Amino acid sequence: MNHHFTLPNSGHNYDAKASKMGMWLFLYTELILFGGLFLVYMVYRSLNQDAFLLASFNLNVWMGTANTIVLLTSSMTVAMAISALQKGDSKKSIFLLWMTILAALFFLVVKYFEWSAKFEHGLFPGMDHFNQLPNGEKLYFNLYFFMTGLHGLHVIVGGIFIVIVVFKIKSGKVNKDRYQLLENSGLYWHLVDLIWIYLFPLFYLIH
Amino acid sequence: MTAIATQQINYLNVKKGIWSWIFTLDHKRIGLLYLYSISTFFFVGVILGVLMRLELFNPGRDIMEAKTYNQVFTLHGVIMIFLFIIPSIPASFGNFFLPIMLGTDDVSLPRLNLLSWWLYVIGALFALSTLVFGGGPADTGWTFYAPYSVKTGTNVSMSVMAAFVLGFSSILTGLNFIVTIHRLRTPGMTFNKMPLFAWALYATSWIQVLATPIIGITLLMIVVERVFGIGLFDPSMGGDPILYQHLFWIYSHPAVYIMALPAMGVVSEIIPTFSQRTIFGYKPIAYSSMAIAFVGYFVWGHHMFTSGMSGSAAIIFSILTFLVAIPTAIKVFNWLATLYKGSIDIKVPLLFALAFIFNFLIGGLTGLVVGALAVDVHVHDTYFVVGHFHYVMFGGTGFAFFGALHYWFPKIWGKMYNMTRAYVAFGLLFIGFNILYFPMLILGVMGMPRRYYDYLPQFHTLNQISTIGSWILVVGLLLMIYNLIEGYRKGPKAAGNPWHGITLEWQTDSPPPLHNFDKMPELPEGGPYNYPNAKSE
Repeated sequence: MNHHFTLPNSGHNYDAKASKMGMWLFLYTELILFGGLFLVYMVYRSLNQDAFLLASFNLNVWMGTANTIVLLTSSMTVAMAISALQKGDSKKSIFLLWMTILAALFFLVVKYFEWSAKFEHGLFPGMDHFNQLPNGEKLYFNLYFFMTGLHGLHVIVGGIFIVIVVFKIKSGKVNKDRYQLLENSGLYWHLVDLIWIYLFPLFYLIH
Repeated sequence: MTAIATQQINYLNVKKGIWSWIFTLDHKRIGLLYLYSISTFFFVGVILGVLMRLELFNPGRDIMEAKTYNQVFTLHGVIMIFLFIIPSIPASFGNFFLPIMLGTDDVSLPRLNLLSWWLYVIGALFALSTLVFGGGPADTGWTFYAPYSVKTGTNVSMSVMAAFVLGFSSILTGLNFIVTIHRLRTPGMTFNKMPLFAWALYATSWIQVLATPIIGITLLMIVVERVFGIGLFDPSMGGDPILYQHLFWIYSHPAVYIMALPAMGVVSEIIPTFSQRTIFGYKPIAYSSMAIAFVGYFVWGHHMFTSGMSGSAAIIFSILTFLVAIPTAIKVFNWLATLYKGSIDIKVPLLFALAFIFNFLIGGLTGLVVGALAVDVHVHDTYFVVGHFHYVMFGGTGFAFFGALHYWFPKIWGKMYNMTRAYVAFGLLFIGFNILYFPMLILGVMGMPRRYYDYLPQFHTLNQISTIGSWILVVGLLLMIYNLIEGYRKGPKAAGNPWHGITLEWQTDSPPPLHNFDKMPELPEGGPYNYPNAKSE
């Protein structure tokens, strides 16, 4: 192709600001996605206050707390990984990203044990114990499994993105001057963290 | 044209083969991919609609059982809403013309653009798969109202997943347009120097990004409820079906403006071209798009006046609904003022734009009727509502879509269609449309409920008139599509600016070169509707 001029704004050029803006808009849609569930939670909690309180005693606050701490820490490590890459220290950045992935795995393992305990007690929709519960408590567990399940899915997706970024840093495609993919993955990870920060008190702590 | 000029490389002839299309990153090719797929599904939807009208030709069973009829109107709704009218203008003409109108060579995120088309295809396959798998297509109506949607044996889960995936596709298109408009305007083009079509797409894109996730999560709740047997909206398990209606309409009312605003953008482009003068009231038209998008968020309750809602909530929703009429009327008056003392050239695209105004006026005014509390109680769930939204959606957006097709046809393919045939097709469409839908308004006032395959004898005549209208409409559609395909295959070559257009897209070749412009676009002094109209050449 023989242009004798260049369009200044080619969409095929690397445009970190555009990519970042797109990510923020996408994060907004994620917030609204969970927002719908928070709205449903709010309505049913206000209609079934006692049942929700009673059902919430089935959750293990210590496991939830541990997960909160781990997830908050992982948000810190991913932020540090971005700073490290911006300063050109890709080794440190990769190390910090592996720490983030480790935290994600820890979170999922704890979640696994939490859910298994619920299954053992027959608290999953359709199980015997669940079917005998009053409607309000059923709603609580419906929302608990739905919201933490959807959140868990986001943890997995975010983790996969971070793994991809690790390999891209290793191959040099993501580097000191071109780190938007890392920053976007980091933003996504903060979102995962942020949503958990609301899920934790709503399900485990409110009395 | 010289021999060298005819060999020029444009986006159509630069590469050949199916792979160069379905994996293209060029916004023009993606726009056409959308255009072809959307048009295909439009015709599937039309066939379903015609079958429904045939069934309603006589009272009682004509060609299908009640359950089949329920499935047909549901599939008609799902296809027409999610596969045709929501992506119609933005995804096809928006993709094609937004970068050209901004004076740049592509959207900001081309790979995301391709992904959104692929998601559209996957969503479409999901919707069609219900024809074969599971208990057949859903029979709930396109609104999927709970608790019926969680209890029926038909394949609601797959239909709902289709809508979910299509919503994701719609979000990505909107997101891409917002970023493109913010990042890629050509130097010197401020927001207030953008073409009005770009403004309309901007407002539309914000609605797509802000509202669509709500329908996403709501539909996911329906799927989860069906698959895991949990009871979020099922009253027998403590759920609240009215809550579903709220969540559904919080998206689906703003979605009405996703459908209408781009159409208004098209009309704002067609009218100045065929009046040969700059648009009257640029800023009011631009900002009224944003106003409609904004107010549109707070009116969803008017779909639920009869579902159980406090009196004060109903009054507030009703007042807010009336407010939408203001920015809409601002647009209409400014279009008329643009035509006033213009040098009007009555070509087919302008006729479609005028038909838009006519049909949309009826659709809008009947909208005020159903938005008024006292009247709505009587006409709710009658054919009046069916007539109303078909006047807005088909008579409005559908006609603007056809108008855009005729207006930009020479730019997209570099050919021209037969004008006489186009006039005839337009006439058939306009007459057929009004014969098809106007009787529905009367039937609704007489009390005929919607969504039944049967009706009382006193509704017979008007239903027959309506069905006959559908035949005229179909003849018009077939003639139009034949004329356009014929124009594409054998039509004469079109010049760069066949309509003497005064906007940026007419300043480049037809079809546009691979990177849209051969020279740096220059902005005229008097705003985006003041480019030279090529009459002196």
